[in-house]
Amino acid sequence: MAETTSQLATLHEILGAKILHSLRAQGDDVVILDRSGLRESFRSLRDQMEFDFLSDITAVDYWQKKAPRFEVIYQMLSLKKRNRLRLRVPVPEEDPTVDSLTPLWQGANFLEREVWDLYGIRFNGHPDLRRILLYDEFQGHPLRKDYPVNLVQPRVPERPVDGTFVDERSRNKLLSLQKSLGRKR
Amino acid sequence: MGPSHPATHGTIKFNLKLEGEKVLDCDVEVGYLHRGFDKSCEQVTWTQVIPYTDRLNYASSLINNVAYALAVEKLIGAETPPRCQYIRVIVSELARIFDHLTCCGMAASELGAITVGFYMIEARELITRIIENLTGARLTVTYVRIGGVKHDLTPGFAESVTATFKTIRKLLEDCDRLLSRNRIFLDRMSHVGVISKETALNYCLTGPILRATGVDYDVRKTFPYLVYDQMDFEVPVGSRGDNYDRFLCRIREIEQSMKIVEQALEKLPVGPVWIDDPRFVLPEKEKVYGSIEGLMHHFKIIMEGVQVPAGETYCAVEGGNGELGFYVVSDGGGKPYRLRVRPPCFIAMGAFHRMIEGYMVADIIPTFGMINMIGGECDR
Repeated sequence: MAETTSQLATLHEILGAKILHSLRAQGDDVVILDRSGLRESFRSLRDQMEFDFLSDITAVDYWQKKAPRFEVIYQMLSLKKRNRLRLRVPVPEEDPTVDSLTPLWQGANFLEREVWDLYGIRFNGHPDLRRILLYDEFQGHPLRKDYPVNLVQPRVPERPVDGTFVDERSRNKLLSLQKSLGRKR
Repeated sequence: MGPSHPATHGTIKFNLKLEGEKVLDCDVEVGYLHRGFDKSCEQVTWTQVIPYTDRLNYASSLINNVAYALAVEKLIGAETPPRCQYIRVIVSELARIFDHLTCCGMAASELGAITVGFYMIEARELITRIIENLTGARLTVTYVRIGGVKHDLTPGFAESVTATFKTIRKLLEDCDRLLSRNRIFLDRMSHVGVISKETALNYCLTGPILRATGVDYDVRKTFPYLVYDQMDFEVPVGSRGDNYDRFLCRIREIEQSMKIVEQALEKLPVGPVWIDDPRFVLPEKEKVYGSIEGLMHHFKIIMEGVQVPAGETYCAVEGGNGELGFYVVSDGGGKPYRLRVRPPCFIAMGAFHRMIEGYMVADIIPTFGMINMIGGECDR
C-alpha cells in the first residue's frame, strides 16, 4: 500500500500539472491525465517510471453524464516492478482527438483503430487510421450512447475488388452449369 | 488469402503483397465475426452477460466466465469463499488444457500430422466430458456466477479427472513421439514466424507468444488472483520466439495445468461455494415458493439484476491466449454501463504482419495456427 502511494507521488513529480486528478480504487492506481502532450507524458512514463507495457486502450462514452463526453482509458503495466496503472484521458465531444501512441508501442495500432471505429475518437499521428471491426461504409460509431441499438444500416453495393484474378474458363464452366441446371428445372 | 480459407479455422482475410512465394507485406482484415458484444452487454443485466462471455473465446469459455465474475466482484468488493476459489481454479485450468489441445492439435493436423490432430482431439473430448458432467454443456457452459459458481462439484469429479489425466498424459506422450523427431513438422515450425523479445513487448503481446520469446509474464504468477499463489507450478518459457517454441510452451503448459488441477483437488477445502450476501445470491427455492419475501427477493434479482455500485475497474486473468482483461464501468444500476474485453488474440493479430514478413506463403498456416485466433474473441 505504502509503495503504491509513493508510486502516485512519483507520478505527480514526473508528470506535474498534466495530472488532473489521481485516486486509488479497488486496489488500482488511477490517474486522470490531461490530453495535451499525451505522447510525451507516456514517453516519460515508459522511460522514467518503467511502465514498459501497454496492455489495453479503450474508451467510455459518458453522454449526458459528464462534461467532457468521452474518456480514453489506457491500461499500463510494469513488468519489472509488477505494477498496474490505469490512465483516463477526458476528451471533449467537439474535438474528439488525442495523440496516437503507435510511435511508442506498435501494439497501439489495432487498439486505436478499434476505438476510432466504435467511438469516433481520432488519434493524431496514427499511421493508418481505418475502420477495423466494421466495414468502411458503416455510418456512425456504434458504441456511442446516442447510437440506437436497433438501428439498421443502409445496404452497401457490392464492391469491385482490385486485382482479383478471375479465371474465365471456370466462369464459363459455371455459367454453362447454371444453364443446364436451369433447363432441367 | 481468405476470408474463408480451408486452412485458417476462423474467418479472417490476409491482403498479401508477394514476390513469388515470399511475403513482402501483409495487411490483416478482422471483424468478420463482429456482433457487437460490447453494445449487447450494455442492454442486459450483469448476470445475463455471462452467457455472452462464453461466446468470446469458445475454446476456453470457463476462463472467460471466471474473468468476468472476478471483474464484477472486484467492483462490488466481494470475495468468494475458498472452496469457490479452488473450484474456479480447477475449471480454469481444465479450460486452458482444452484451449491448448485445440490449438496444438489443429496446428499439427494442418501441417499434415493428422494422427496427432486426432489424438489431441480425443484428449480434448475427454476434457469436454468432464466439463459436460460438471456444467451440463460442452462449450458454452455458463458455469460461474457473480459471487459463486452455479453448483458444487459433482460426485466422483476427482476420480474422473484422475482417470482422464492418465489417458491424456499417455496421448501426449504418443504425440511427442510422433512429432519431436518428425522432419516435416520441425522444418515447418522451427525458425518460422520468429519475433524478438523487444518486438513482442512493443506489440503488447501476451500469453504463449510472448513467453516463447523468453519473457516470463504470466498473470497467474505476476499478479496472482484466486488461489494461484498457493499452487506450485512453473511458467514454461522459450528462447527463440518461433512457432516451435510457442508449440512447446503450450504443450508444457498443459502439463503444468494438470499439475495445478491435481493440487487443487487435493487441497480442496470444505464449505459453501457462494458468498454469504443476499444482494447477489438467489434465495433457495423453498424460500421463493414459501414466503413472500423470498419471492420478492428472487424477482428483484432476476428482473432488475444485481445492483453493482458505481465505479470502474479492470481485472485481468491469464486466458488461453494471453492476458484476458475485463474493464467494467457501472453507473450503479442493474446493467453494465460499459464492458470492455481485452482480447489477447486481437492484439496478436496486430503483430501478425511482423511475424510473417519475409517468410513464405505456406508459413502463414503454422504461424496463424499457433496464434490460436478465435473469431468470437478477436472480433467480438
